[in-house]
Amino acid sequence: MVFLTTLFNGLAYGFLLFIMAVGLSVTMGMMRFVNLAHVSLCMLGGYVMVTAMERFDIPFLATLPLAFLITGLFSIALERLVLRFFYGTDDLTQVLLSIGLVFMSISTIAYFFGPEYKPVSIPVWLTGQIDVSGLTLERYRIFLVFVGVILTLLILFGVERTRFGAMVRACVDNPRVASGSGLNMQVIFAMTFAVGGGLAGLGGALSASLLGLDPNFPFRYLVYMLIVVSVGGMGTIVGTLIAALAIGVADVCTKYYFPAAGGSIIYIFTVAVMLWRPQGLLGRKPGHA
Amino acid sequence: MRETANLFFRLRVRWSAWEIIFWLAWAGVFFYPGINLALLGQVLIWGLFAMSLDLVLGYRGIPSLGHAAFFGIGAYTAGFLGKYGWTEPLSGLLAAGLVSGSVGLMTGRIVRGLYGVGLLMVTLGLNLLLYDFVDRSTKLTGGHDGLQDIVIAPVLGLFRFDMSGHTAYVYILTVTFILFFGVRALVNSAWGLSLIGARDNSRRMTMLGAPVAGDLTWAFGISAFVAGVAGALLTQTTQFASPEMLSFQRSADLLVVLVIGGTAMLYGGFFGALVYVVLRDQLAALNPIYWYFWIGLLLVLIVTFFRTGILPTASQFWIRLTAHQSKRNKLPGGTSL
Amino acid sequence: MAFGGVKVFNNLDFELMRGDCHAIIGPNGAGKTTFVAIITGLLSPTSGEVLLDGQDVTRYSVKQRVAEGIVRTFQINTLFDSLTPIESVVIAICQRDKVAKPTFRAIKHLHAQIDEAYALLEKFGLADDAIVATQLLPYGKQRVLEVVLAYALRPRVLLLDEPAAGLSTSQGRALFEQVVTLAQGTTVLFIEHDMNLVFSYATRVSVFAGGTVIANGTPDEIRAHAGVRDAYLGT
Repeated sequence: MVFLTTLFNGLAYGFLLFIMAVGLSVTMGMMRFVNLAHVSLCMLGGYVMVTAMERFDIPFLATLPLAFLITGLFSIALERLVLRFFYGTDDLTQVLLSIGLVFMSISTIAYFFGPEYKPVSIPVWLTGQIDVSGLTLERYRIFLVFVGVILTLLILFGVERTRFGAMVRACVDNPRVASGSGLNMQVIFAMTFAVGGGLAGLGGALSASLLGLDPNFPFRYLVYMLIVVSVGGMGTIVGTLIAALAIGVADVCTKYYFPAAGGSIIYIFTVAVMLWRPQGLLGRKPGHA
Repeated sequence: MRETANLFFRLRVRWSAWEIIFWLAWAGVFFYPGINLALLGQVLIWGLFAMSLDLVLGYRGIPSLGHAAFFGIGAYTAGFLGKYGWTEPLSGLLAAGLVSGSVGLMTGRIVRGLYGVGLLMVTLGLNLLLYDFVDRSTKLTGGHDGLQDIVIAPVLGLFRFDMSGHTAYVYILTVTFILFFGVRALVNSAWGLSLIGARDNSRRMTMLGAPVAGDLTWAFGISAFVAGVAGALLTQTTQFASPEMLSFQRSADLLVVLVIGGTAMLYGGFFGALVYVVLRDQLAALNPIYWYFWIGLLLVLIVTFFRTGILPTASQFWIRLTAHQSKRNKLPGGTSL
Repeated sequence: MAFGGVKVFNNLDFELMRGDCHAIIGPNGAGKTTFVAIITGLLSPTSGEVLLDGQDVTRYSVKQRVAEGIVRTFQINTLFDSLTPIESVVIAICQRDKVAKPTFRAIKHLHAQIDEAYALLEKFGLADDAIVATQLLPYGKQRVLEVVLAYALRPRVLLLDEPAAGLSTSQGRALFEQVVTLAQGTTVLFIEHDMNLVFSYATRVSVFAGGTVIANGTPDEIRAHAGVRDAYLGT
């Protein structure tokens, strides 16, 4: 019983990681751009939500699409004004650039919101626990899983069934051919960044109550983002999903059952996967155009 | 004309005036009244640590996100020795370097054949693993609070580590210079040139029959040795070792230090360290959080405008300013100033 | 040799005579590059063997084959951009002589290697640019350096993959002149598309088409071969 509850909690966490990380996976796979600042976008979404609720009395559920929208717009601005000048530079340069941006984002948020944890008040109907076929599950986590599943389906549908999704897939598979066949890469990059960033913001908003929201959020979760994306495989949505759920479950379970081991199990798993399949579980083997 | 080639290699390895001034300055500073020797000692240790990364990153082209692991292993080795009875500092340094170096050799073997994100993740993952282990193992390592009760005997039986930091500074400077001298010689040897070749084009290096993987393993081993000694220096002069010394934070900061100063120049690490430590000292005193903003901005600017780092850009600028042989100049990559 | 379900070669028999200057020609997609990759060890054949003087080197790695004396150049320059020609050739010679292990000894002491490197650059006409960074050199000189790096290893078999690619007619001729003059005793195998160069300098020619050798012989024999004309030449 306890195991099932723990498992469920792990799934909730996993879905959160997925929503936050999927944008990073796609942009890394598509533009080959290592954008560590992605995790700052998650943080931004969280703070947008909190500000909307506290300052403008916007109800919780309404803040979610707002977080998506505002973070999405911010992502476009970031991409157009800063990031796009660094496409094609080497990995290290991009890592350093994005780390620099992360540093700046942490300080900026701390400046405006203070360095402490921000209390997040979720609506009453999402607090507490509820009995579901014998298991006692937290309402908020059920909500997370519910939202997670819906978003996953939307994303998969969007990528598989819409024209835009097809264009994104083409760009991930083979950027050279894609641009050669007339696709407007600039627009597609910007839009992908917008959606991916928006999702990051949405994920951040959703996670605020569960994981805590403070300016150090990026430092705590950057590593998890990277692990999910590299283990799952860059550019693959299903890969990211599997990795996120696996990491989420593994993390919650090990923290519960083997607290002494801490994060080690996740790190060992990551190192093992990277040594066995450097391109990630579902990633594409390098050597493509 | 034949002499051109031999002359070229002689000049390549000759100690330039700048280098001599650099080291004399570090020595001379000791006599300056009221100077903060402890802070400068920190700069030297960071510089030495950054130089170790330079060997792997600047000269061999492998970005390692987990170099603090080697620093920490050296730190804790020296710490354990000091805590459990072996208080002689010089042998402690050597032991720390050897332990760290062996781990470096193993790491080199593990990462051969990796590149890009996979490489970054493995080096990062190994670093995090080590940190997690050290942080949690309270019984073994003192856990999060660090290793205490470390005792270090006087250097050569004569020079005690005192509050004023005089002994510590001379100790750090001497060790740093010796290691620098060694790494400089390595880098200017045929082996060093092969590292650079492998960085520029490992395919061609393989085609020359070079032991590319083996060379990489040795580069990691030597780099880890130097990093380990740097860590041991910190532990011995502060009589303290903590998990922070092998944190990802420190690995990331190291990367920043080296990039700011400039890679593949050996001195870049020292300049970056100077900027970093001084900035941190000044700005963090004002407000610890805002210091991150400026470092972040500095990083973004460096990456945008000074792609190669402050030192290489400055030296290029200087070379153009005194342009005699502008056409005959080599680009940084094995050049000593 | 097959990749997945695609057969590149089918029963390819190829013999390289010692001392020959053997040209491989053929339309694109005929398998020439795959062939070279198999000889040098970048690819393993799905079936068949590679023999060097009777010695089976099929399972040898690239590094082992270089040790046996099989060296190649690449169609696209594979040089050390930030190093100078003298440094590049010195590394090549040091690797050949196995004096590049971790050591404190500065390069300036390796007089034998340095002198040999410089002499080699002189022979190939690169002496004036010996201390200019490779990436600053014009393409033509880079191409020459590409050959010099392989030649410096004193190979038994020197494989040149389109050495004259991108060079003007006179540059291409000059390069081949140098190679042929200096390569006495070395066996040279080269891929080329420039027929003038092939017929001027090759002692034997093999024609690849559709994954097999459709003709093999002296340049004159090949010129007269009807099948080759059909498949490829049209000159």
